[in-house]
Amino acid sequence: MPMAADDITRLIKERFPDAEIRIEDLAGDGDHYAATIVSEAFRGKTRVQQHQMVYDALKGSMGGALHALALKTTAP
Amino acid sequence: MSAEDIQDWLRKEIAGNDVVLFMKGTKTMPQCGFSMQVAQILNHLGVDFKDVNVLEDMSVREGIKAYSNWPTIPQLYVKGEFVGGCDIVREMFQANELQELLTTKGIVHNQQTMTA
Repeated sequence: MPMAADDITRLIKERFPDAEIRIEDLAGDGDHYAATIVSEAFRGKTRVQQHQMVYDALKGSMGGALHALALKTTAP
Repeated sequence: MSAEDIQDWLRKEIAGNDVVLFMKGTKTMPQCGFSMQVAQILNHLGVDFKDVNVLEDMSVREGIKAYSNWPTIPQLYVKGEFVGGCDIVREMFQANELQELLTTKGIVHNQQTMTA
């Protein structure tokens, strides 16, 4: 059950309005993405916490509708 | 086993082994590319680790996600602490941070880097 890149961007933007988001569809199948997200919200957080914040923003899609989303998160 | 029993079992596995990798498949026969990458990094570093194949038990597979509030497999634990999934472990390995973490935690490993 694939998920459109726009939906991923929208959910992330809702949670992190300041975020710079780059999403790549790795396999062209709408199921394997890589996302680079830069947001002030990540400052001072560990990588695990940063990724948990993103997964939380995706509201349970990760591991469900979204099979693979390689994440790279940083503060500006 | 009940969900509580599973959490209890997970706690013991994680506390009882210095390095534990919850993965799809086994270290000798990974069943998913992401699990394979983490197992390869650990093997490359010569780290002795316990592998738990989540495909063998659906309750373990779901239980470990609840345990760490982390929605995906693989999951790496060092000395009881959740280190991360495939992206984080790879990023840490490339930045030499994983090697530093292992050293800090007193885990025997060799000093291989990306280019070695």
